[in-house]
Amino acid sequence: MTAVAAKRWPFLVPLLVVAALVGIFGKRLLDVQQGADPRLLPTVLLQTPFPEMDLPPLPGRAQGKGTLGIKTSELKGTVSLVNVWGSWCVACLAEHPLLMELAKSDDVPIHGIAWRDEPTASARWLAQHGDPYARIGQDPRSHAAIALGVTGAPETFVVDAAGVIRYKHIGPITPEIWRDTLQPLIASLRP
Amino acid sequence: MIIELGHFALAVALVVALVQGTLPLAGAARANAAWMGLAAPAALVQCALALIAFGALTHAYVTSDFSVVGVFENSHTAKPLLYKISGVWGNHEGSMVLWIAVLALFGACVALFGRNLPARLKARALAVQGLIGFGFIAFVLFTSNPFLRIDPAPAQGNGLNPLLQDPGLAFHPPMLYLGYVGFSVAFSFAVAALLEGRVDAAWARWVRPWTLAAWMFLTLGIGLGSWWAYYELGWGGWWFWDPVENASFIPWLTGTALLHSAIVVERREALKSWTILLAIVTFSLSLLGTFLVRSGILTSVHAFAADPTRGVFVLMLLAAAIGGSFTLYAMRAPAMEGGGAFAPISREGGLLINNVLLATAAATVLLGTLYPLIADALELGKLSVGAPYFNSVFVPLMTPLVILAGIGPFLSWKRADLAGALQRLKLAGGATVVIALGTWVAAGGDLIDLAAGGGMALAGWLAIATVTEWLGRIRASDGALSWKRAAQLPRAAHGMTLAHLGMAVLIVGVTGASAWKQERIETLKPGESIEVAGYRFQFEGARRIPGPNYSAVEGTYRVFRGEDEIALLTPEKRNYLQPPQQTTEAAIHTTFLTDLYAVIGDQDGDQGAFVARIYYEPFVPCLWYGVLLMALGGLVSLSDRRLRIGAPRRAALPAGAVPAE
Amino acid sequence: MMRLVLVLLLAASSAGAVNPNERLGDPAQEARAREVSKALRCVVCQNETIDESSAELAKDMRLLVRERIAAGDSNEQVVNYMVQRYGDFVLLKPRFTAETLALWLGPALLLGIGALMAARRLRRAGAQAGVTQAAAGLSAEESAELNKLMAKTNKDQRS
Repeated sequence: MTAVAAKRWPFLVPLLVVAALVGIFGKRLLDVQQGADPRLLPTVLLQTPFPEMDLPPLPGRAQGKGTLGIKTSELKGTVSLVNVWGSWCVACLAEHPLLMELAKSDDVPIHGIAWRDEPTASARWLAQHGDPYARIGQDPRSHAAIALGVTGAPETFVVDAAGVIRYKHIGPITPEIWRDTLQPLIASLRP
Repeated sequence: MIIELGHFALAVALVVALVQGTLPLAGAARANAAWMGLAAPAALVQCALALIAFGALTHAYVTSDFSVVGVFENSHTAKPLLYKISGVWGNHEGSMVLWIAVLALFGACVALFGRNLPARLKARALAVQGLIGFGFIAFVLFTSNPFLRIDPAPAQGNGLNPLLQDPGLAFHPPMLYLGYVGFSVAFSFAVAALLEGRVDAAWARWVRPWTLAAWMFLTLGIGLGSWWAYYELGWGGWWFWDPVENASFIPWLTGTALLHSAIVVERREALKSWTILLAIVTFSLSLLGTFLVRSGILTSVHAFAADPTRGVFVLMLLAAAIGGSFTLYAMRAPAMEGGGAFAPISREGGLLINNVLLATAAATVLLGTLYPLIADALELGKLSVGAPYFNSVFVPLMTPLVILAGIGPFLSWKRADLAGALQRLKLAGGATVVIALGTWVAAGGDLIDLAAGGGMALAGWLAIATVTEWLGRIRASDGALSWKRAAQLPRAAHGMTLAHLGMAVLIVGVTGASAWKQERIETLKPGESIEVAGYRFQFEGARRIPGPNYSAVEGTYRVFRGEDEIALLTPEKRNYLQPPQQTTEAAIHTTFLTDLYAVIGDQDGDQGAFVARIYYEPFVPCLWYGVLLMALGGLVSLSDRRLRIGAPRRAALPAGAVPAE
Repeated sequence: MMRLVLVLLLAASSAGAVNPNERLGDPAQEARAREVSKALRCVVCQNETIDESSAELAKDMRLLVRERIAAGDSNEQVVNYMVQRYGDFVLLKPRFTAETLALWLGPALLLGIGALMAARRLRRAGAQAGVTQAAAGLSAEESAELNKLMAKTNKDQRS
């Protein structure tokens, strides 16, 4: 390095640091603009078995489904969706019509975890808006939610036939999300 | 009509800023006096226009003109007047108008008070101010316009977040902006000096008052924010290393370094490139803070609503301003070395180490603040960096700095007698050891109490060393002569003493609050009491009370020390209506050095029992005393006559001019 | 605007949040529970620990921490339980891993670089001072004498 260059290069460092930071901020802004939410906490439970749990069923459901709670062993055998919801959750109402449609088409079983909810409130909500769930487990003290690393409702897990968590979607499921992400994934998990 | 006037004023200000930012620069390059002469009048006009715009917006808020989008979204007729006004800057758009007004105000002050500045330097500095103003006015007009109307005008507004309806928080942004944006003057002067190709003692002397003022306001602004958090958030915490807290603290650290580094340039024309770099970096960090809060890429309590489009605009502004100035720095600064020679052990040497420590501290806090963002962007996973990290890296950096701050004032310029200095510090050193051991023993003698002992020792060291130095300067054979000497000392010397003492007091506060805080949480029925640290808190009951825009549950606690009733505390839990939110208002009783802090929690059962949270916070008031002392030191330094007289002209030095300092 | 409200709503309705009826009977265990809670981040808040936050999920996490401590887990086991489910994000103090190398070593590295730069500068400045004296043709003794005199003079003029 020439004497002049040797003297000058430290003075370039601030500029290089700024350039690097601007690059990183720019990338981050682009991500956010394309829909990434920096506050979302992605799951660390991918490819891990669905946590062991035995949640009591929700009484008061129509069609005698009031005895079907969620037990981890019973999730095995088929690909399913596990949806964390509550009657207090506004966004859950937004995705509910889609869940009803999925239930009607009988494509994939949808199980629900009633998170931090009064059983009567949950039952009433389902009676009013429809009950797409096969099994429902009550989780009044967030034990199941914490075991699943849940930070808000709604959140939906894709569980494969072996009982392994394959995907988690945070927020309401839109038709686009179903069509572009969840449906293909579920199809690929079936033999 | 008034709103349109304000909007128009801002648009004209955009043009004026552009003129201010370009012609004088070109004029300075071509020695065109007419173009250079445009800078000052343009700055004054820009200031007037910005104030008109700000005034128009304030008027809309005060008259609850809900046809203006910003007023509708953030105000409400039931709000008290003070908060209608502070609502102007309680949201992104309005706060940017305040930002612009403060920037223009500083530019106008430079134009008015900088009559002794050489024409080229003045023209260039004002031009840089103008360019910055242009960028931000464009940002407001094109992405964050608070002057937009809605038709038909709604009858009532959405209200202001209850948390912001608070005297402390009302003044926190303006104070902070006076600081943040005030450093733009140092930035502009630095860029102007780089363009000129010369930094000298006169330059440092011109920059000093602006840097002092900005530093003082920033100190107060950060202190206000911390004080607010302490009494509002309800558990006696006062610093959380929150990303946006850090965003104001990092420029404070480099601003402090700048203040000290500029002294070296002024006296010995050394550390020039350090000082220029610090001047650029400090304002750049202010800009970075502005970006982080408003772009949505960092989540924090303080963050304004996230909007990536705005983020992109600010990022481009940042890249232009910071990238441009650092490029200029890389090109011109290497040629600027030289200056007075000095021995390693000297005041210059000490201030160089001071620079390194403060800059490293600033870089460390910046690293911790940005790390989650960087890790996430580079797909290294989502991690979080919280208070434990910052405490473990910041304290070890500050410790040598505080020790140095005690020794530094004893070092002479050019070549210092370290042995002699340490000799004079024997008393301070001895006292430090005594304080350390005494505190440790009094606190309980456990291993964890060592930290408390260390903290108090540092504070004691700094305080005693500072006072020793001050006394050494003024002490004479009789008292009257001493006071005379004190009066004759340049104000900047008193300023330094006050500011360093303030720092010591602050450290006392930090140590005490961290080490000896006590908390009791119990459910109390009316008539029952809790004991904390020798004080008895007796719950008298709770009642419902209405407020201007909220309804509250107010609890009453009588505080006894021994047999004497010393205070009546009435904390509240408020439910605001618009927007619906619950806040807690703690009740605090301050004895001189301690705070007794009571919060009323939830009701427990139907017997009138409520959860009570009582905190004993020793030495917390020292935090605020320390901040005030530091700011006072800054103010006293600012009032130094030599800064008002202005720099001596280069050609003819008046007889007996340069004072002994 | 609403998102701002939501953000502040989550954060600031806190008043240091452990309720008396959450506490464990055994004070030693309760103290451990507080300690663990202060090390865990509330995942639905902005920059609060689960000990401070009054969010519902934070309360449930506090209770879960106490259950596990009462069931015999060590502090580290409880923390690991949370980390396994929420990731490193839930830790306020980042672990020392490959990903956080730069974070933990950064400050020392920066200080080291700063110190090196300062040392270089100080040596150069000192050499300059020495050179000036040598150029004036002073011997070593005269230099030392001059240095002492200068230190004394500077001390008197010190400010």
